[in-house]
Amino acid sequence: MASQVDMLFFTLLAMSVAVVVVIAGLIVYFGYKYRRRPENLVADQIQGSMRLEIAWSVIPLLIAMGIFVWGARLYFEMASPPAQARDVYVVAKQWMWEFQHQDGMREINALHVPLGEPVRLTMVSQDMIHSFFVPAFRVKQDVLPQRYTTAWFQATQPGTYHLFCAEYCGTLHSGMVGDVVVMAPQDFQTWSSQGDAETPAEAGEHLFAQFGCINCHKADNSGRGPALAGVFGRTVTFADGTTTVADENYIRESILNPDAHVVKGYEPIMPSFQGQLNEDQLLQLLAYIKSLGAKQP
Amino acid sequence: MSAITLPRQDTYLNINYGIRSWLLTTDHKRIAILYLVSITLMFVIGGAAATMMRIELFTPASDLVDAATYNKLFTMHGIVMIFFFLVPSIPAILGNFILPLMLGARDLAFPRINLLSWYIYMLGAGVTLWALIAGGVDTGWTFYTPYSTASPTHVVAATVGVFIAGFSSILTGLNFIVTTHKLRAPGMTWFRLPLFVWSLYATSLILVLATPVLAITLVLVAVERLFHVGIFDPALGGDPLLYQHLFWFYSHPAVYIMVLPAMGVVSEIIPTFAHKGLFGYKVVAISSIAIAVLGFLVWGHHMFVSGMSLHAALMFSAFSYLVAIPSAIKVFNWTSSLYKGSISYDTPMLYALGFIGLFTIGGLTGLYLAALGVNVHVTDTYFIVAHFHYIMVGGSVMGYFGGLHYWWPKMTGRMYPEKWGRAAAIIIFIGFNATFFPQFILGFEGMPRRYAAYPPEFQFLNMLSSLGAVLLGIGYILPALYLIPSLWFGKQAGPNPWDATGLEWKTSSPPPANNFEKIPVVTTGPYHYPGKQDKVG
Ligand SMILES: [Cu+2]
Ligand SMILES: [Cu+2]
Repeated sequence: MASQVDMLFFTLLAMSVAVVVVIAGLIVYFGYKYRRRPENLVADQIQGSMRLEIAWSVIPLLIAMGIFVWGARLYFEMASPPAQARDVYVVAKQWMWEFQHQDGMREINALHVPLGEPVRLTMVSQDMIHSFFVPAFRVKQDVLPQRYTTAWFQATQPGTYHLFCAEYCGTLHSGMVGDVVVMAPQDFQTWSSQGDAETPAEAGEHLFAQFGCINCHKADNSGRGPALAGVFGRTVTFADGTTTVADENYIRESILNPDAHVVKGYEPIMPSFQGQLNEDQLLQLLAYIKSLGAKQP
Repeated sequence: MSAITLPRQDTYLNINYGIRSWLLTTDHKRIAILYLVSITLMFVIGGAAATMMRIELFTPASDLVDAATYNKLFTMHGIVMIFFFLVPSIPAILGNFILPLMLGARDLAFPRINLLSWYIYMLGAGVTLWALIAGGVDTGWTFYTPYSTASPTHVVAATVGVFIAGFSSILTGLNFIVTTHKLRAPGMTWFRLPLFVWSLYATSLILVLATPVLAITLVLVAVERLFHVGIFDPALGGDPLLYQHLFWFYSHPAVYIMVLPAMGVVSEIIPTFAHKGLFGYKVVAISSIAIAVLGFLVWGHHMFVSGMSLHAALMFSAFSYLVAIPSAIKVFNWTSSLYKGSISYDTPMLYALGFIGLFTIGGLTGLYLAALGVNVHVTDTYFIVAHFHYIMVGGSVMGYFGGLHYWWPKMTGRMYPEKWGRAAAIIIFIGFNATFFPQFILGFEGMPRRYAAYPPEFQFLNMLSSLGAVLLGIGYILPALYLIPSLWFGKQAGPNPWDATGLEWKTSSPPPANNFEKIPVVTTGPYHYPGKQDKVG
């Protein structure tokens, strides 16, 4: 991705250098040639030229549209992580970054990732708006309170890279920095097997039982709420006939504000869990529900 | 050297004396001078904050000031420079003075409202300055929620100050619109209007239509802080992205509030110093209106990484390219206006040419930011800081200084020392580039904006930038050192020192209180110079 972004950036750079050279060149050339001298005291009164006006409106417009399409395609690619990407859950708060890996490792202000494997970040803030920015990977995404945003990258060179908070978030904003450490896959394997922590999905499974979700959302669909296996990423239909794709933010809303959208065929009886779960736990529940999808045949 | 005394002549300056005659004046020219003094003061305050920031950024650690202070400095710099310098500078000072003269009018349509605008501005500035002095604000000039709801600093007072100043903008805009419609001299048709009038008209439309949205947004922030009503703060059930939409709905058009008037100034200076009509007059005039209209459709380009929907991002990116076209057209027309001209290089012309160069770079880098895939990398970095300073300082401030030097003889009746004028223009141009060009590279390399401390590998470029700022600062101080003495020692300007064509040059300098002995009758276009009529293409 970095090289693709740079390709567009340097194309724009070449183009703008050309434009600046032409404009500055013309100003200097006309400016010298038509400077006021005794033999050039009177200017020629040129009103303008429709042909030129059209030319220098239409040509830049066409070029601009080309850049627009190019930039938009990159942006779409940035918004679509590969399906097999490795999950990292991110909680941002004043003024630190917390990461939890799909295989259980947790870290603060450092993010270890394997070389060459796409990494998908599911991020949420506990307070202000922050922004996850790794310049070397050309990735930046605001991290919002009460709402998940996602981003992804794939490291192509081992090394340690800057992680910055790019959205001003208060006093120590400039201290909200960290390192992204890119390791060879086998080194990463060793690193990530040091811990014996639960994976987020396992932790989520425990929460699912502990908070009693399991009493209604029964696996065999015999409960008062729908079974959740395979729900992630699926289109769900609501009582009022509207539909949505069950993404991270839909799952979040269903836990915290279940009455907002009630699935067709079910009663609005689920209580809200607002205030009972912290951001970590919500992400773990999300990871669990996503893992149910993966187990589907 | 002794002061040169002019033969007694009735002017707006000597018609009466005393502080009351100024504070209760309804003469647009005197009100312009009131604005000149107060806005210059704000420029000094905003500049002082920038100076502190650049000194702090000379080294990577936050050692001169701590992070909290640094945050207050960039907030103060932004609020003061944008709301109290850039937005009002050209319209309220130069526009106020020159617009009625250009139209052949005796004053603005509503002279008392004009004075009221100045008092409102002063009140807004006073409240904001109080907030800044009483302990400061640390939200950035953007007041982004939820931080502005949570920040322990003087957010309410600062937003109230900006809110109040907004009414000054709205009233000035209304005044200009009505004046342009109603008070044009006989024969002054729309396509005989000088381009400065066209651009002030376009600016006024934005002032009147966009400022109320900012006002409402800031009120909502204050209400949320004071009464804990959830509007923007998600902890209270609000939506922080709603704030960003509302804020940029004003603040993107505000970019054009700041730059359109400067474009107008440049469109006046070039014909005067090339002794010829502006190439493509009508196209340039219409493009001002096009910018004003299209400028309302692009606000979302400030939010490409905020989590907005892909479709919205596509629309905002596409419209952002559209709004670039009328600006590009202007640049091509200004450049072509030099062709077969008879060009002299007095101080205003140096500023105008500098404007074209810097505005071109600012505009081109806007294309990078409008490209979605590139925006993701460079937004919220020094790239964007450099970009908008090229537009607002390289563009608007160059335009303002150009206009100030261009109309100074008209406003004061005196000339400034030309050599000093040119030297300052060149120093500002070099100092500006030295300060802000390195910031493009810093941004591409990934240095985020609003950082009190930064990793050491960014130090070299930051040092260059800070050294450039020293030069730029000297450049900005110089005009004060020769313009003020010119009030007493400058040589007499006469009605038309630049051999210019606008109606403002048909009356004496400084003009009499009622502007014209006799209202002129207009029979030609605005830039009617002698010379053979030629056609291109
Ligand atoms: Cu942050
Ligand atoms: Cu904008």
